Amino acid sequence: MCNQSVGLIQRAVEEAGISTVSITLVESITKRVKPPRALLVPYRLGHPLGEPNNPTLQHAIIAETLELLQDEGTPPILKSSNRKGEFDGQN
Amino acid sequence: MASIRKIDHIIQFFMKFYRIQRYKTSPHTPLCLPLNECKVALITTAGFYLPEQVPFDSNDCSYREIPNSIQTEVLSAGHKSEAYDKRGIEKDVNLAFPLDRFKELEIEGKIGSLNHRHFSFMGSITKPKSLIKRTAPEVAQMLKSDGVDVAFLTPV
Repeated sequence: MCNQSVGLIQRAVEEAGISTVSITLVESITKRVKPPRALLVPYRLGHPLGEPNNPTLQHAIIAETLELLQDEGTPPILKSSNRKGEFDGQN
Repeated sequence: MASIRKIDHIIQFFMKFYRIQRYKTSPHTPLCLPLNECKVALITTAGFYLPEQVPFDSNDCSYREIPNSIQTEVLSAGHKSEAYDKRGIEKDVNLAFPLDRFKELEIEGKIGSLNHRHFSFMGSITKPKSLIKRTAPEVAQMLKSDGVDVAFLTPV
């Protein structure tokens, strides 16, 4: 799965000394792969940034993801997004 | 459109079919700079590639370098998995590779700068050994040598 590949690449980049953050759509996989910081979003596969051609929503998700870089906890940090999901008219 | 329930079933199927890697701990590189001073690179596993690049194959652990200067409209999606709805990224690459959004963040001064290159991988890799041992560390070293402070990763 894509979400596994992201986690594996993320681990390698963080190990090289770069701070990393990712979006995940599949909690169960991310809990196993344990990338350092990930935001779990309530969207369907293929839609990590929510909705096509919706820059406002995409910026909100990016901002929420980047906030994880400020989390002083010990990784793995897996946070559920504050977004409600794609079927309830967010924005 | 696939329902959430149907997608849950698809995920369950993949979870059984794939041997998902399992780790006990995470690597940790704390961020030592404010974000508005950081150089940022993007990594996607949507399998995007440029017209002049070789498309991805199934189970392909290789990567494509995506220059920061490209227009996102020229990218093609090479991810062949049937597990996700492709219509979104066909309309808007930013849905899984938010380069235009990050260029806006750079202009607004919310990030320091964007790296001169980003990287695209395939997802749905059932045999990730080469990804773990070779290609992911290779990209990590390139980003390190570019002086990148933050990598932002997106699946599809």
